[in-house]
Amino acid sequence: MIKVENLTKRYAGQPAIRDLNFEVGKGEIMGFLGPNGAGKTTTMRILAGFMPATSGRALIAGFDIFEQSLQARTRLGYMPEHVPLYNDMRVTEYLDYRAALKGVPHRRIAERVGDVKELCGLRDVEKKIIGALSKGYRQRVGLADALLHEPDLLILDEPTIGLDPNQIRQVRELIKNLGRQHTILLSTHILPEVEMTCSRVIIIHKGRIEACDTPENLLSQLRQVGGVVLEAKVGKDNGADELRKISAVRDVTTDVDGEWNVFSLRVESGADVREEVFRLAAARRWTVRELTQRRATLEDVFVEITHADEMERSSI
Amino acid sequence: MRKFYTLLAREVQSYFYSPIAYIVLVFFLIVSGVDFYFQISFMNQRPVPYSVQEAFFNSVFFWFAFVLIFPLITMRLFAEEFKLGTIEPLMTAPVRDWQVVLSKFFGALVFYIILWVPTALYFGIFQYVTGRPAAGSSGAYWGSYLMLLLLGMFYLSVGCLASVLTKNQIIAAIISFCAITLLFFLGLVQFILLDVSSATRDLLGYFSALEHMGTFSRGVIDTRPIVLYLSMTVVMLTLTYQAFQSRKWRL
Repeated sequence: MIKVENLTKRYAGQPAIRDLNFEVGKGEIMGFLGPNGAGKTTTMRILAGFMPATSGRALIAGFDIFEQSLQARTRLGYMPEHVPLYNDMRVTEYLDYRAALKGVPHRRIAERVGDVKELCGLRDVEKKIIGALSKGYRQRVGLADALLHEPDLLILDEPTIGLDPNQIRQVRELIKNLGRQHTILLSTHILPEVEMTCSRVIIIHKGRIEACDTPENLLSQLRQVGGVVLEAKVGKDNGADELRKISAVRDVTTDVDGEWNVFSLRVESGADVREEVFRLAAARRWTVRELTQRRATLEDVFVEITHADEMERSSI
Repeated sequence: MRKFYTLLAREVQSYFYSPIAYIVLVFFLIVSGVDFYFQISFMNQRPVPYSVQEAFFNSVFFWFAFVLIFPLITMRLFAEEFKLGTIEPLMTAPVRDWQVVLSKFFGALVFYIILWVPTALYFGIFQYVTGRPAAGSSGAYWGSYLMLLLLGMFYLSVGCLASVLTKNQIIAAIISFCAITLLFFLGLVQFILLDVSSATRDLLGYFSALEHMGTFSRGVIDTRPIVLYLSMTVVMLTLTYQAFQSRKWRL
């Protein structure tokens, strides 16, 4: 559905994105992750046909977004960051206008506008002036607009930014449902959201793609993930030294909570040391009140990738 | 073509969403009404060698209002879309750049024409009340309104260009106000600088909106100003189109 080849964009000589190459297949929900200023919005604007790339090319449903822009644009629905809307129009009026602009046949406009209002929960505010809507409703109007012409591909730039937790859940559900019929490319920096909705993830950092895989694969590739947390009374023992003797344990940090010691163990990926920790505690007669494995999250992947170069620099 | 009409309809409607339309309409009605009243009361005092209609379209009031309305009509056209960011959903919809540029120009033109409709009533009322025609001939009406349309198209296209250059409406208004005022005064130079060579004065005379309106409001349809204003409108709109397209590369 999307095919990106060597896409580069420079602003006044400064590269914003460099040599991006990726593909999004039909029916995929692709998450686009990266810190602020990594080039997410730039990439999405290029893919939506808002601005041309400096070099390289992008195909939407087989159409070059620059050379055959009109054909490509009829096949995609785009929701820009911050959702700019005409504040002085009413919701239905705006959607009618957008539907006509996107070439929805005249006799189908009422039906389509009705459908997207239903889907995005806009029935309550359909007669309101857009300028008077809350952030959450504006976001939904933007999403409804992107869906109007039943595009094959949806490009959503930060669809949940600025929403409250309930609204985020609603939008996430909506996106998941849409993913059944549409291909979706969405950017966000809310990581749990990606884990829950996306079939694949691209992590972009400083204009380059650092990783592109399923969330599960990204997690399994992590060098150091998660670990084990142990809260125990260890008496006179040096708990940390004892724990380091377990072979898969790489590092132990200690914290104190009253008379309890809190050990955080970082372990090699794939290893589960809970059993060994239990045996050790039993042998040393430690009193244990907690022994849990912390599951690695996409956040760890993200931090590892986007902070890797800074950590290297600080270690020199 | 359907997309063009959709865009055009929104442009015309959007004038009436904002208070600007009503402010301009009221301001314009007041000034043109005062103009009309003054011309008639002036004529009541002494005989004059021109008609009410001619006096109306050539007075100081008329020109004062005339140069002021264009920045007000055109300043928001592109600048507002840039400022609000609505240009992004607009240009990612499957519409062509020229459709957007022309819809904005013709949207402004439609509003401009709406502005002038009430003035036609003045002449009708005059005829009804006095029993005499307000103009020397029906050609004088056609000529005046044709010149209004031509000048309007040219000045609106200048306003379009000013608005596409910035995302600040005030700056757009100032640019178009300065440009239109300069263009207008260019035609006055021939009356002010009497010592410049006659060739220069003749040349500047060709640009004089005052002179063109004078001729046309007498009912004399001269093709030279028609060609001048139509071609200048095309030039300005072409520049607007180019500037609008170049925006993509400057982003």
